[in-house]
Amino acid sequence: MLSHYSYDIAHLIGATVLMAGFALLYQRRLQAVLNTFAFQALALAAAAGWQAHVQNAPHLWVTAGIALVFKAILVPFALHWLVKELGIHRAVETALSIGWTMIVGVALVALSIMLVLPVTANAAALTRESLALAMSVVLLGLLMMITRHNAVTQVVGFMALENGLILAAVSAKGMPLVVEISVAFSVLVAMTLFGIFFFRIRERFDSLDLQYLETHRGDR
Amino acid sequence: MPVLIPEAANPLFWILAFPLGGAGFLAVLPSWRQAAIVNVAISIGTFIGSLALVAHRPEATRLFFIDDFNVYLVLLTAFVGVTTAVFSAAYIGREVRARRLNAMRLRFYHSMYQAFLFTMLLALTANNTGVMWVAIEAATLATVLLVSLYRTKEAIEAAWKYFILCSVGIGLALFGTILVYLAAQPVMGDGPDAMAWTLMIGRAAEFQPDLLNLAFVFLLVGYGTKVGLAPLHAWLPDAHAEGPTPISAVLSGVLLNVALYAILRFKMLIAANGHTLTPGPLMVTMGLSSLFLSAFMLYRRGDIKRLFAYSSIEHMGVITFAFGMGGPVANFAGLLHMTMHLLTKSAVFFAVGIIAQNAGTKHIGDIRGLTVSHPFIGWGFLVSVLAIAGLPPMGVFMSEFLVLSSTFARDPLLAAPLALGLLLAFGALISRASQMAFGTPLARPTLYGRESPMVMTFVYTAFALHIIPVMVAGLYLPPDLVRWFQSVAKMLG
Repeated sequence: MLSHYSYDIAHLIGATVLMAGFALLYQRRLQAVLNTFAFQALALAAAAGWQAHVQNAPHLWVTAGIALVFKAILVPFALHWLVKELGIHRAVETALSIGWTMIVGVALVALSIMLVLPVTANAAALTRESLALAMSVVLLGLLMMITRHNAVTQVVGFMALENGLILAAVSAKGMPLVVEISVAFSVLVAMTLFGIFFFRIRERFDSLDLQYLETHRGDR
Repeated sequence: MPVLIPEAANPLFWILAFPLGGAGFLAVLPSWRQAAIVNVAISIGTFIGSLALVAHRPEATRLFFIDDFNVYLVLLTAFVGVTTAVFSAAYIGREVRARRLNAMRLRFYHSMYQAFLFTMLLALTANNTGVMWVAIEAATLATVLLVSLYRTKEAIEAAWKYFILCSVGIGLALFGTILVYLAAQPVMGDGPDAMAWTLMIGRAAEFQPDLLNLAFVFLLVGYGTKVGLAPLHAWLPDAHAEGPTPISAVLSGVLLNVALYAILRFKMLIAANGHTLTPGPLMVTMGLSSLFLSAFMLYRRGDIKRLFAYSSIEHMGVITFAFGMGGPVANFAGLLHMTMHLLTKSAVFFAVGIIAQNAGTKHIGDIRGLTVSHPFIGWGFLVSVLAIAGLPPMGVFMSEFLVLSSTFARDPLLAAPLALGLLLAFGALISRASQMAFGTPLARPTLYGRESPMVMTFVYTAFALHIIPVMVAGLYLPPDLVRWFQSVAKMLG
């Protein structure tokens, strides 16, 4: 009975992460994008915590803690500050219309379910569904990176992609700690790196819109 | 359980401790002149350690292992580390004189150079798919910082593009790594055993094949981004062109090969399973598309470093193609080509670095008559470009010929596009090189001044250490080396 229950909860939380991934696709305002990302990270922290409880794997609590403190609180906070500091409040341009982006997103989710469920027939049910959800989140993050020109939203897209990866890692039973810590750590490093980048780009171009950056693409 | 961290008697300890400790030490060393020398000394220490590793191979632990395949890449990586450090000492001296770099940035540069070598050696020796992933991720961070060193608009654009593309690539590779763990976990049990190469390879036959298939697609796309395979190559020309030239040399000479090593390790796992799809066709397709794309792109380049960056894409395409074909002969050819390309391309970048400084520009149209104005470096450049283009009887020709002939024997239809691609690239490189090597030199004052003969001796030494083995290899390969490559080729399946 308990296993059934634990499966349902894991599924529910995983689906919440995925829904947040969809919500990220249609936000137009930067602040809304950041808030949605914070919500996704919160759901991820819940997913990691639940897996820690179900798998009886205390080290996953660390992952949950990192997701909660770092990704759901610190990063959105820092990005909010950055957006304010740089004065980019305007709506974000998207390459595809929102409608088309959503349709592509749905197709990607269908694709990952069709790919993952058949090949994991022997794996534990808990792992199976979560993996399909995680792959959807990864692909949606990728889609977000492709459809947005703005640097901040691209970074958020990349972090959404990483959320999907961590969801997959915590769902894989007994996966060694090395990976989770390293992922979290690399996010930290990546973040400072991004920060440096922002300032330099800001210094030089007066805009974070990547279209300004792409003048040198191709023929040289 | 054996000790995880190697002991001091183990050469593995030293090849990792030297660059890691060096990165820390160079970060606090204020003088860039001393730092350049210390950088060379540390790299030599690492290289001696790697020689000891060939002679005395330590037992595998849960974290590290050495076998025929990775020891050869460790040796080459450490070697390129030394020669590039020597070249770098000459290169940055002139950059400082031209006021393009200051002491603070150089401190950072030297520290990151060793940090980069550390991550590469860690990735090669790790006996854990997760640790290898972390190392390659860390390498991305180190090289992004190096590429953006000049802080020009172009350099920042290149670094940004590199960072975004490779982060996504590395993310997809992590997903593939998790999938491989999931395939291994029911057989190997929970925990690090299901991520250890040495343990997994023995029982790969019991892994679930479908999961491995899916994983391999992610791994090929993910690590393939770092190899610079088309259509995921967009970062490579920018990163090579805008960073300091020693970094272009190690990117082409080390990073691309280590990323390919990661793919090949996973391919070995797939091959050991036996029930999976064959990964060959995927790799062949990506290899051929890289070859063709870069062969055409070579004709339109105006920037000398960008030109050779595209040539790296071309050669990585040929190498991936060879390993995709598989079998003892094609794998042998792939390994040989990997070695030849690594040696030759770094040498080309050594020459290009000096040439671009002498000319004060990277623009091909503004570089003329090198053999007249700077006979030593001019002729050296010409020879190295002829070598990289694949002119007989040099090493690159020989390995390309082996790839081509083994393909022809197995699948003549595939050999035709391969030959065409190679010829196209050959034509582009030769026409560009002759344009730069001959004619009347354009004498223009530059910020760099004349090169000092003493410093240039170092550059020539580094250059010769790379190009002489390539020229010899075209005529004669030591039997020991051949046996070694043959055993690795057999491992690769």
